[in-house]
Amino acid sequence: MIEVRDVHHVYLRDSPLAAVALRGISLTIPDGERIGLIGPTGSGKSTLVQTLNALIRPTSGTVSVDGEDIFAPKADRRRVRQKVALLFQYAEQQLFEETVAKDVAFGPRNLGLPEDEIATRVHEALQSVGLDPDRFGPRSPFTLSGGEMRRVALAGVLAMSPKVLILDEPTAGLDPQGKAEFLQLILRLHAQRQLTVILINHSMDEIAQTTERVIVLDAGRVVMDGPTRQIFARAEELEHLHLGIPQTAQILHRLRARGLPVRTDLFTLEEARAEVLRVLRPA
Amino acid sequence: MELTRYVSIGQYLPRDSVVHRLDPRTKIGVTTLLMVVIFVITDFTGYGLLAASLVGLFLLAQIPLGYAARGLRPILFLLLLTFVLNLFFSGLREGTPLVRLGPLVITSEALSRAAFISLRLVLLVVATSLFTYTTSPMALTDGMERLLRPFRRIGVPGHELAMMMSIALRFIPTLLEETERIMKAQMARGAEFQRGNLLRRARAMLPILVPLFVSAFRRADELALAMEARAYRGGEGRTRMKELAFAARDAVAWIVSVFATAVLLASRWLGLP
Ligand SMILES: Nc1ncnc2c1ncn2[C@@H]1O[C@H](COP(=O)(O)OP(=O)(O)OP(=O)(O)O)[C@@H](O)[C@H]1O
Ligand SMILES: [Mg+2]
Repeated sequence: MIEVRDVHHVYLRDSPLAAVALRGISLTIPDGERIGLIGPTGSGKSTLVQTLNALIRPTSGTVSVDGEDIFAPKADRRRVRQKVALLFQYAEQQLFEETVAKDVAFGPRNLGLPEDEIATRVHEALQSVGLDPDRFGPRSPFTLSGGEMRRVALAGVLAMSPKVLILDEPTAGLDPQGKAEFLQLILRLHAQRQLTVILINHSMDEIAQTTERVIVLDAGRVVMDGPTRQIFARAEELEHLHLGIPQTAQILHRLRARGLPVRTDLFTLEEARAEVLRVLRPA
Repeated sequence: MELTRYVSIGQYLPRDSVVHRLDPRTKIGVTTLLMVVIFVITDFTGYGLLAASLVGLFLLAQIPLGYAARGLRPILFLLLLTFVLNLFFSGLREGTPLVRLGPLVITSEALSRAAFISLRLVLLVVATSLFTYTTSPMALTDGMERLLRPFRRIGVPGHELAMMMSIALRFIPTLLEETERIMKAQMARGAEFQRGNLLRRARAMLPILVPLFVSAFRRADELALAMEARAYRGGEGRTRMKELAFAARDAVAWIVSVFATAVLLASRWLGLP
């Protein structure tokens, strides 16, 4: 469980370029939840998630993981980062080793694990991101496609065996099929490894399809926090933040405005289709 | 972790002041004259006057005086060293001894000399920082290019130099940002950069340097392509959107600074009062 208490953060404090990124964030993130973190550009999403594994030390406030204050003087940062893994935006740009297998091994090796344990972890991690360890392991990461590279980067953080997986716009720059596959992969990982997932994303459709709870940030504050369906039911407020709602919900809202009494809190095509048919063809 | 906080190259502070609006060539010229003046002056009265005019210029440029001090922070150690060395080893052993520390003697002459040399260093840095605070990197390279134009005949590639400089300046913040991001990404995978002996630390840089080089080359490629796509072919026959042009304020700045420098030089070498 992660607990965030009244976290404030200012970049470049005491300089003319000082930028306030977080203004008093408090959150509780229980184990195993799938959370979507949304908000307009510059609202502080990336900053917030970096405070969760001690990559950024907030100007004030506390963050604790499983009851331990991660900014306490004798806190073990490495263990925090093992528990709370973060996949950065365009993570494929962090690859550096000669082979895919070595790159995925970087994390476990930093944890000081024995060689055989490292090998097992690399094998498992590559398998869970859908890359055949025997075929891709010996290849140079720089010969792979962008989508494959991003999977390797994900394998690199999974090899840390985290409890919490944070993904900062993981589908940015992928083609539509690549996006869909990557989201399926995240859902599968959540189910298989009982991971807590925190997903930052600008596509409301992707958020609606993968998360059960949505947190909305605006100008460094939490402005909404609740179950995904309830949040996307507040279409006007989201519109106001220039965020919008999933496409299916938009269509259902318009149908309703034209007098068709449909529910509007449905986010997959199948659900929406069934609902429209239900209303159009009363039993 | 915030690298941008520790590295300050091209610390331009945009303000709407007459100093900012001066032509960059004027500012390059006046700053050069200032340097000359700083080396020509040999007494504290002169430095007092100069310091007062610098304060005036900072106020005119709407740059808080705290920034003048901030520019000194990186050279604090050098300043201290200069002061101490001049204090003990300036060779001014004759004169009024103030303090005696074993074989070391501090004379009042040495003290005043050490203070003078340190002051000279401070004034040099403050004068140049006034220039960088008020001149955007773009304006700086534009001014440089124009000043180098006459030397093209003897083979000085002014345009190319200026273009390289502005590209380099443009990419410094980008590279810093990228370094920071990659460092964080590797730290998220348990990397540590401050541990172990020199060799281990050097090895720990590899996971940062490789991605950094890969992306720098990619950026260079993309930039070259983008420039070619817009038919860039060097400075030959190129016109500019904003031509540099001297204004009345530049004339004032030139006249005042040339006159002041001339008076100073004259009084120094002709022995005028
Ligand atoms: N390294 C930095 N130095 C200075 N300011 C920064 C830095 N990183 C972010 N900021 C500022 O902090 C604020 C929050 O940025 P953050 O990256 O957390 O936003 P975000 O919600 O992730 O935005 P986006 O959707 O564009 O990724 C912004 O105003 C940004 O300009
Ligand atoms: Mg972001």
